[in-house]
Amino acid sequence: MLPSTTTEPVAGELLPRRRRFGAETIFRWLTTGAGVTVLVIIVAIATFLIVKAIPALNANKENFLTYEGWFPNDASPKFGIASLAFGTVLSATIALLLAVPVALGIALFLSHYAPRRVATALGFVIDLLAAVPSIVFGLWGREYLVGPVAELSTWLNQNLGWLPIFGGDGPFGKSVLLGSVVLAIMVLPIITSLSREVFMQTPTANEEAAIALGATKWEMIRTSVLPYGRPGIIAAVLLGLGRALGETIALAMTLGAGFLISFNLIEVGGNSIAANIANGFGEAGEIGRGALIASGLVLFTITLIVNMTARIIVYRRREFR
Amino acid sequence: MKLQRLGMIAGVGLTATLALTACGSDNTPTPGASNSTAATKIECATGSLAVAGSSAQKNAMAEWIKNYTTACPGGRIEYNGNGSGAGIQGFTAKTADFAGSDSALKDTEQGPADARCATGKAVNLPMVTGPIAIVFKVEGVDNLSLKPATIAGIYSGKISKWNDPLIAADNAGVKLPETAIQSVHRSDSSGTTDNFTDYLTSAAKDAWTFGKAKEWKAPGGVGSKGSDGVAADVAKTSGSIGYVELSYAESAGLKIAKVYNASGAAVALTPEAAAATVASAKVTGTGDDLKLKIDYNTTEAKAYPLVLVTYEIVCTAGNTDKAPLIKSFLTYTSSKDGQAVLTKLGYAPLDETVRAKVAAVAAKIAA
Repeated sequence: MLPSTTTEPVAGELLPRRRRFGAETIFRWLTTGAGVTVLVIIVAIATFLIVKAIPALNANKENFLTYEGWFPNDASPKFGIASLAFGTVLSATIALLLAVPVALGIALFLSHYAPRRVATALGFVIDLLAAVPSIVFGLWGREYLVGPVAELSTWLNQNLGWLPIFGGDGPFGKSVLLGSVVLAIMVLPIITSLSREVFMQTPTANEEAAIALGATKWEMIRTSVLPYGRPGIIAAVLLGLGRALGETIALAMTLGAGFLISFNLIEVGGNSIAANIANGFGEAGEIGRGALIASGLVLFTITLIVNMTARIIVYRRREFR
Repeated sequence: MKLQRLGMIAGVGLTATLALTACGSDNTPTPGASNSTAATKIECATGSLAVAGSSAQKNAMAEWIKNYTTACPGGRIEYNGNGSGAGIQGFTAKTADFAGSDSALKDTEQGPADARCATGKAVNLPMVTGPIAIVFKVEGVDNLSLKPATIAGIYSGKISKWNDPLIAADNAGVKLPETAIQSVHRSDSSGTTDNFTDYLTSAAKDAWTFGKAKEWKAPGGVGSKGSDGVAADVAKTSGSIGYVELSYAESAGLKIAKVYNASGAAVALTPEAAAATVASAKVTGTGDDLKLKIDYNTTEAKAYPLVLVTYEIVCTAGNTDKAPLIKSFLTYTSSKDGQAVLTKLGYAPLDETVRAKVAAVAAKIAA
């Protein structure tokens, strides 16, 4: 850096005075305004969802929380969130089970094992994966991935068919498994990028101390990198979960759209709140739209609970450390 | 620096692609040019229209808009195939100048729609009719004929194997495998499902108990988003059966089943066979409202019974300054030339008597 004469404080001058409408104050109000905007948006969304949902919920002839079907456009509207909420949580959970180990592996490889050039290039590719539109993932899942997943399902069914989750008698194809695999690929870049950042921030002192005590590289990662990164990993996973819960079009194209509560992963079927909104919105009538919005409200609540849980976990961990 | 160069290369690539696509779209209107010479009779109007609605008639609309704007460069029309429900909502809320819909206005929708039309009335004009193809993929089977009751049995899950005696009875002499049947239906609510279930309800009363609706109500089977999704699923899954508009069946290269009509003949899907069913449709609307009732149990021996009908929902008056263009465009679509375009897109033209009535209403559209 070049020594600049203009910005260097001249000895003997007072500190800059605080002015009423100076840049300091304006910038402070701007940031406060930005912060408030988030709250306003959240409240506005919640209000919109509630106002639009109430008429439909009043017209509903079944219990909204326990009924499994979705027929809001009938003369006597019947719809319930049970199977949709179940499917949303199930597909997101499986997606995370598939994605998290791989994502953490990639992140550790990038931060601690890969040569720097490789890490930069690979990191770039991972970020690129995050920029692929979800409809492309959906089409890819529907057109290509469905074949290999169907074969895997058949194999699972033949060898592990005694497990209820791999039961059924085919033909296999668009299932919770397919949706979850596509979803896993979609949340992979988010979890990878965030945890890589966290791992790279591990204080060098901690790492060197571990190595100085005779730890191997894996032991060093286990004793210094992972504990240091734990809150970050949890935050990354929950951000990924948020994405998985809200994913719409890719799931609308890869799930088999059944309205059943079933733990079976490989039989055709599966559904999610967001996918059902995408499927039903175009042709929905007045009540139908309200019903879909009510389901959106449930998704909103689920996401809120997930995020709050995330905060609580991260906060607690921080105190223990 | 490196990044910049990369960006430049990408830019060049993008430009090349764009140039190529531009060439591509330049080439397509050439056959359309002959159309526009035939359509010089179009009485042009100027202005712009926003139309929204049924995705089932999207291809027809796209072709009509192309032909119309070739003949009348002063008229700009945009069709948003976002679904009949959204179309009707947009029409009522005045964001759409008219709506395409897979089903006529319901009683609950008629009131608000009439209110929108101020001095006029909202009417249903049948405009695009087309056959629904039953597509299948079964190893070793090239020809398949199905009775409505058999289709209903398959789709309600009662028939689960291809060598079921009921299917065998419809296909004397055809060797059917013992594969399981994977029935594919639409996962999104759609007019195609509405028409398909309407057909099953009236042609196979005893076997189909789920009524008619835009949403799929029968248990089992696999749902797929959009007709393209259904076609893709059928193309991939051995032992599968699906229902799609003819154009999707053709573009996916799927085998199409013959369907038995009420006269007892198994009829292959051709535009003529579908037109024969459309010809037997009755107008059930009153006045200018031309709501159609398809006779799915037509006894005409050559008729392919499984057809769908879609409407344009439009104000007879109260269209303010949009009136001339709406009138001009719908007059073209309901003309003989306009309807003739439909055949090559996999739709079926309206029957002449119905077409004349639609054209008469279109000619009356006022401000």
